[in-house]
Amino acid sequence: MRVLTKGNIALAEGAIQAGCRFYFGYPITPQNDIPEYLAKNLPKVGGTFIPAESEIASINMILGASASGARAMTSSSGPGISLMQEGISYLAGSELPAVIVNIMRIGPGLGGIAPTQGDYNQAVHGGGHGDYRNIVLAPASCQDMFDLAIKAFELADKYRNPTMILADAMVGQFQEACRLTPEKPVIIPDKPWALTGAQGRPAQFIKSLFLGPGEMEIHNLDLKKKYDTIQQNEVLYETRHLDDADIMIIAFGTPSRIAKTAIHLLREEGIKAGLLRPVTLFPFPANAINEYSKRIKKVLVVEMNTGQMLRDVQLSCTADTAVYFYGRPGGGIPFPDDIMREVKKIM
Amino acid sequence: MQAVFTRPKTLKDTPTHFCPGCTHGIAHRIVAEVIDELGIGEKTIAIPGVGCCVFLYNYLDIDVLEAPHGRAPACATGMKRANPGRIIFAYQGDGDMAAIGTSEVIHAANRGENITVLYINNTVYGMTGGQMAPTTLLGQHTTTTPYGRNFRNEGYPIRMAEMLATLEGVAYSTRVALHKPKYVMQAKKAVAKAFTMQINEMGFSMVEMLSTCNTNWRVSPTEAIDKIENEMIPYFPLGVFKERTGKDFL
Repeated sequence: MRVLTKGNIALAEGAIQAGCRFYFGYPITPQNDIPEYLAKNLPKVGGTFIPAESEIASINMILGASASGARAMTSSSGPGISLMQEGISYLAGSELPAVIVNIMRIGPGLGGIAPTQGDYNQAVHGGGHGDYRNIVLAPASCQDMFDLAIKAFELADKYRNPTMILADAMVGQFQEACRLTPEKPVIIPDKPWALTGAQGRPAQFIKSLFLGPGEMEIHNLDLKKKYDTIQQNEVLYETRHLDDADIMIIAFGTPSRIAKTAIHLLREEGIKAGLLRPVTLFPFPANAINEYSKRIKKVLVVEMNTGQMLRDVQLSCTADTAVYFYGRPGGGIPFPDDIMREVKKIM
Repeated sequence: MQAVFTRPKTLKDTPTHFCPGCTHGIAHRIVAEVIDELGIGEKTIAIPGVGCCVFLYNYLDIDVLEAPHGRAPACATGMKRANPGRIIFAYQGDGDMAAIGTSEVIHAANRGENITVLYINNTVYGMTGGQMAPTTLLGQHTTTTPYGRNFRNEGYPIRMAEMLATLEGVAYSTRVALHKPKYVMQAKKAVAKAFTMQINEMGFSMVEMLSTCNTNWRVSPTEAIDKIENEMIPYFPLGVFKERTGKDFL
């Protein structure tokens, strides 16, 4: 059965069904539906909701709950996600699973609350200090919000790594018909590394400080190996009409939905356009894009920013591929007409 | 021959990184003795902050989580909520707790989190080389107050035990010292009381311990002991600032 649900609510319900029993967060628009839903519904399943004093406290409460072996989540936006970066770096360095949701708002600064994708670089290429990667999932629909919430916990636990769900406000606030049951049974793995008291086993610790000569290099190389495994095994993307396409549009989140309409209308006019939509932003579908670019020599990247994923696409395409960009930063949502106009300019 | 004084089971037999004359080791021993006496070693988890205290996992034979600078009370909150049957304590210095971590400790205390915070106050940032902390005494010379702390520029030393005692969620807030045997015995009683209150689910407990940092104070260990007696205690008075006697929650 499908129910009419808001993206943020679908995500929160997905988290509960994924076995998340701890949520810590601080209010910020446009993600408030998530904490409000969890404040109401987590206690019903024996979970804990704490309205934290700051995003800094939120992410560190996650760190403590995660170190105990629990599935824990926080959500925020813009400045709040910036404040969490220290904690996210610690989670990555300490190899602790956690799910962090960023329903993006426009920046820099206090910015605005309309849909945007300005935090791609922060989520995918850094944010906090040090040589680490977040797993980053990019939902484009209400159904994605539910399914990727469950996927995020699965990947976070599997790789003991922070996983970020990066969505624009359109995806968060939009209402759509949505299946609110998991596609497959949720399995929470054993966590023998968790700190639960040294009962019947030697004492253990979780840390990110390695001061001994060479220790930190070994640690970072181990992390790199893990990120390479993630890159190899966990890439997700969606394609549409690429088999006969003369131009490949690459977009994630809301622009990928708009691109689908544009592609439909372009094909009615005889222009063979197709779409590749990355679902995982890290790991990025670089190999898939490279393969398609061997045949499709024109690529248009559409983002709601000034060109952030664009760099990853440029690095992925073959050298003789022409990569074009259309971006609407700061709350401007492209219309199908805008994308069609850009495609026609190229073709 | 009967052993009359032995190493506590929870205190690992390992070389220490602490400077000669530092009282961190005394604090570690007190904590280890209390854990042994209460028989809670298999269910206690320590969360040290950043600074000289961070190496707690080298010294205590219990589970340990390293927290980001100042965030130990938030980490302890998450851990205690996920593991309510465990004894969780944060171990923080004065730079960690009274500067960068004030928000986290105040709100953990105000929520009445059933955790214990052990707070080592030695008036300086020790590990980074003796910079001014919020607890640095007026007139005290540090590497960042080379002319002595002046209230017109750096404000006043902050009294955390008194401040936290004003919060409803706090069950126990006390200040002890570690510079003489008499005070060490009182300090141990305070730590035992704090842990016992946590076992009895009475809410947030905090023990502030006045400690030496003779290296960064640029004095000998014996002069450092005198400084606690003559300079710190007059500004940071010892005593119990709040103590719940039962489960007298509001």
